[in-house]
Amino acid sequence: MARVIPMPEVTKPHPPVFAAQNVTRVFRMGKVAVQALRGVSLALQEAEMVVLLGASGSGKSTLLNILGGLDQPTEGRVFFRQTELTRASDSALTQYRRDHVGFVFQFYNLVPSLTARENVALVTEIARNPIPPEAALDLVGLGARMDHFPAELSGGEQQRVAIARAIAKQPDVLLCDEPTGALDSTTGIQVLEALCRVNSELGTATVLITHNAEIQRIAHRVIVLADGRVIRDTRNETRLAPAQVSW
Amino acid sequence: MVRALERKLLRDLRRIWAQTVAIALVLACGVMVMVAAQATQRALLATQAAYYERFRFADIFAGLTRAPRALLADIAALPGVAQAEGRISFHAVLDIAGIEAPAMGRILSLPPNPALNLPLLRRGALPEPDRLDQVALSEPFAAANGLVPGSRFQAVLNGQLRTLEVSGWVLSPEFIYSVAPGMMMPDDRRFGLIWMNEQAAAALMDMAGAFNDLSVRLARGGDARAVIAALDQMLAPYGGAGAQGRAQQTSHAFLDSELQQLGALALYLPPVFLLVSGFLVNMVLARLIAIERPQIGLLRALGYRRREIGAYYLKLAGLIGAVGVVLGWAFGRWLGAGMLAIYADFFRFPFLLHDPAFGAMALSGALGMAAALLGALRAVAGAMRLSPAEAMQPPTPPNFARGYLDRKIAALRLHQTSMMILRALLRWPGRAMITLSGVALSVAVLVASYFIFDAVDLIHERVFDQSNRQQITLALAQPAPARAVEDARVLPGVLASEGAFGVPVRLVHGHRSHLTALQAQYEGTSLARVIDDYSGPILMPPSGLVLPDLVARKLGVGPGDLVQAELLAPPRSRLELPVARVIHQSFGAEAHIAASVLFAEMGIAPQVSHIHLRIDPDQMPALQARIKTLPAISGLSDWQELRSQFAATIDESLLTMAMIYTVIGVLIAIGVIYNAARIQVSERLHELATLRVLGFRRAEVGFVLVGEMMLLTLLALPLGWFLGYQFAQGMVAAISTDVVQMPFTISRRTFALASVVVVAAALGAVALVQRRVGRVDLVLALKARE
Repeated sequence: MARVIPMPEVTKPHPPVFAAQNVTRVFRMGKVAVQALRGVSLALQEAEMVVLLGASGSGKSTLLNILGGLDQPTEGRVFFRQTELTRASDSALTQYRRDHVGFVFQFYNLVPSLTARENVALVTEIARNPIPPEAALDLVGLGARMDHFPAELSGGEQQRVAIARAIAKQPDVLLCDEPTGALDSTTGIQVLEALCRVNSELGTATVLITHNAEIQRIAHRVIVLADGRVIRDTRNETRLAPAQVSW
Repeated sequence: MVRALERKLLRDLRRIWAQTVAIALVLACGVMVMVAAQATQRALLATQAAYYERFRFADIFAGLTRAPRALLADIAALPGVAQAEGRISFHAVLDIAGIEAPAMGRILSLPPNPALNLPLLRRGALPEPDRLDQVALSEPFAAANGLVPGSRFQAVLNGQLRTLEVSGWVLSPEFIYSVAPGMMMPDDRRFGLIWMNEQAAAALMDMAGAFNDLSVRLARGGDARAVIAALDQMLAPYGGAGAQGRAQQTSHAFLDSELQQLGALALYLPPVFLLVSGFLVNMVLARLIAIERPQIGLLRALGYRRREIGAYYLKLAGLIGAVGVVLGWAFGRWLGAGMLAIYADFFRFPFLLHDPAFGAMALSGALGMAAALLGALRAVAGAMRLSPAEAMQPPTPPNFARGYLDRKIAALRLHQTSMMILRALLRWPGRAMITLSGVALSVAVLVASYFIFDAVDLIHERVFDQSNRQQITLALAQPAPARAVEDARVLPGVLASEGAFGVPVRLVHGHRSHLTALQAQYEGTSLARVIDDYSGPILMPPSGLVLPDLVARKLGVGPGDLVQAELLAPPRSRLELPVARVIHQSFGAEAHIAASVLFAEMGIAPQVSHIHLRIDPDQMPALQARIKTLPAISGLSDWQELRSQFAATIDESLLTMAMIYTVIGVLIAIGVIYNAARIQVSERLHELATLRVLGFRRAEVGFVLVGEMMLLTLLALPLGWFLGYQFAQGMVAAISTDVVQMPFTISRRTFALASVVVVAAALGAVALVQRRVGRVDLVLALKARE
């Protein structure tokens, strides 16, 4: 049964959440210079769910890391709302991540010595305006397994804990790097459902990296990168629910 | 051609160079102490033996009142005796130009052809046979007072003021360490040995054809105890004050106790370092092997055998051990040379025989390598057990299960970062224990070295503040009637005077006997007091003896037991006295008795041999000038001077030792904490990077690392205190002899200081590692999966 999710109202006058202007990133590895981004410019809107698509080495992760304040571009400027990230100090970037960004990674990055609830509490303890860890775990459907250690959870469950941890601070943006990359399709769908739910219920702008072309169909907008450049930037007229995609 | 695997070995070693250095330094400390202490001990032993042999140091010594020289032939005929030599020995007050305070001299007669305790001429000449006024001086005393050959000084000899001329400087095996009677340490300015022609000494002391000091050399295989017993019997009619072996001879006893200390140092300290470095090798290698699992799998898949894998990691451990051993040898030889120089300065040897310490180097090298290799065994065995397929899989993640302790921790409602610390400790208790034990050992080393300051403070307090509150003690040439105390009050500046009487005594109980001094305390005295370590100043009981526990133990007696006291000075009474009280004294092995009891038992009128004075400091010069001319006084102790001498000597030598031990303790702490922190970071870099990505600040992430290490350090402190207490007790037992004793006491200051030093060292080590974490590229760290 196909279910079409209505497009949220993306109001144009609002300033974008992210604005990147002519961003370049060159990695120096010994004598070799690798150009990961070659002049990327884009603007991402509030409450948008954007899928970044591209082959391995296309520069998606580099772009995500720069947006998340984990890395700095070699050239160009990046703004989070009115704040220029490219001029921020290390401690300012830490504060930015702490207050505004939620991360979800391919390999979950949970702290093995903390239970699901404690992994979420790790963030709520330092966040400005968190929701209770229990509520965050309920949101991703893990209310019953809160006191399990990562080693006692399946891959999908671990990734949902990571999502709960990312959203518990009520971040302004959610940055997900291959969140389903290590999961089978059934589990992956559960994870995507959790992400969509957060996006629609909390209005969190979400950037999702994948190299799985199917997943682009759940997004509002799809940006395709190749060789460090944006080669396509399109909006989905209709979105599919995660349950409708398969791979 | 260098094989690929060997190249990898060197590169691996370079990669973990900082950890290698940290372990190697700890190991080097152990090797260093072993080499330095043994080299010094062996060099001193060899020097001592050669000096004694060449200059015919006697085996048995006896003082007496006066015996005819004819007796020497009888003594030489005793079974077990090779040679006997009699001489004349007495104390005198000296007046040296330019020194206000009187100095003290021990005058020794020099036979025309000395056979024992030969003086070694260092400068000038021995006194000419026909000159009665020429003397040779001990080199340190002459040098300290600028008395070159030809200089003159005055001495009160047998009641007459005489001018003596210096003929030369000598050293003697009898006075490698020379300390004036009643003094605690050498004072080269105020005490000297004076050799005088026998003829001159005999004339001065009316001792023609007689002697009052006996030296005996034993025949090979001669039984010292039997000879001493025979001598005591033989000399009794001549006022024998008890014969003594080398063990009781002051110079020999002090040198011996120093040698014993070096032996204890070489024996007790190095195992600590070897143990810790073995643990560290285990920790570091286990971690390296965990990181290199895929490589091990690959090598095995390529056809390398298990034993080749094992040999590879053993070689790595061996290289770490070799670095430590070589460093230790170098430091050890350097430190040994330094220590020997200090000893050569403190003890008076005319020459030093160096010891190449090859034995100590071989032994320490073997033990050092064994520690590194044994430490590696467990980790290496683990690497050898890995099957290729298993090794190429990532290791199973640590399994944190919900257990009893875990629920307890959860109930504490701590911050999640604190939970991470506690859970890591619970998950790897073995590793936590290694870190904790290593840190505890470093605390223990510091406690066991700093406690010496407490012992010295205690000695200082007991000797100067509680026991001896007089400023001056006068030694009388002959015991005098008690009214001499009143006479002393007319001396310039004297505010109060008190008498005391000391006599050499042999205490006998059953078959056990002990030679010491019996001190008679006059009632109502308040300057020189007898102190019990626990209960403070004590009053003499109305009957019987007060014995320090050391003496009581030696005699096997307790309160109520009867002891025979043979007084070894005229009138040589034999008294049967009950033990009235046993007191605890960390040092001091003299028996005490109330003067009234002693003189009643002896049946003579009360006498004094010493007079303690409290004086007006402004009148000191006048008093000193007066004393130089008084024939009745054979010596003077200035307690103020003694106090500052004591402090100066102790401060100098103890501070150097404390510095060395601090470096050693700090090296252990840093070696342990640095390695533990590096391993923790290496295992949990991913976790720490995650925290940074989640928005934790550097300091907050640092808390996880620093917190765990500092928690372990704090937990290690009590264990370190306990171990340090045990070490210190062992050290006191190892270096205490009949003559030299060290009190055992550890202050809170020592525990606190040791803790502060170790905590600071640990913080420094973690900070080094923390700095590395700060430089880590977050993105790379997150991507790097094991």
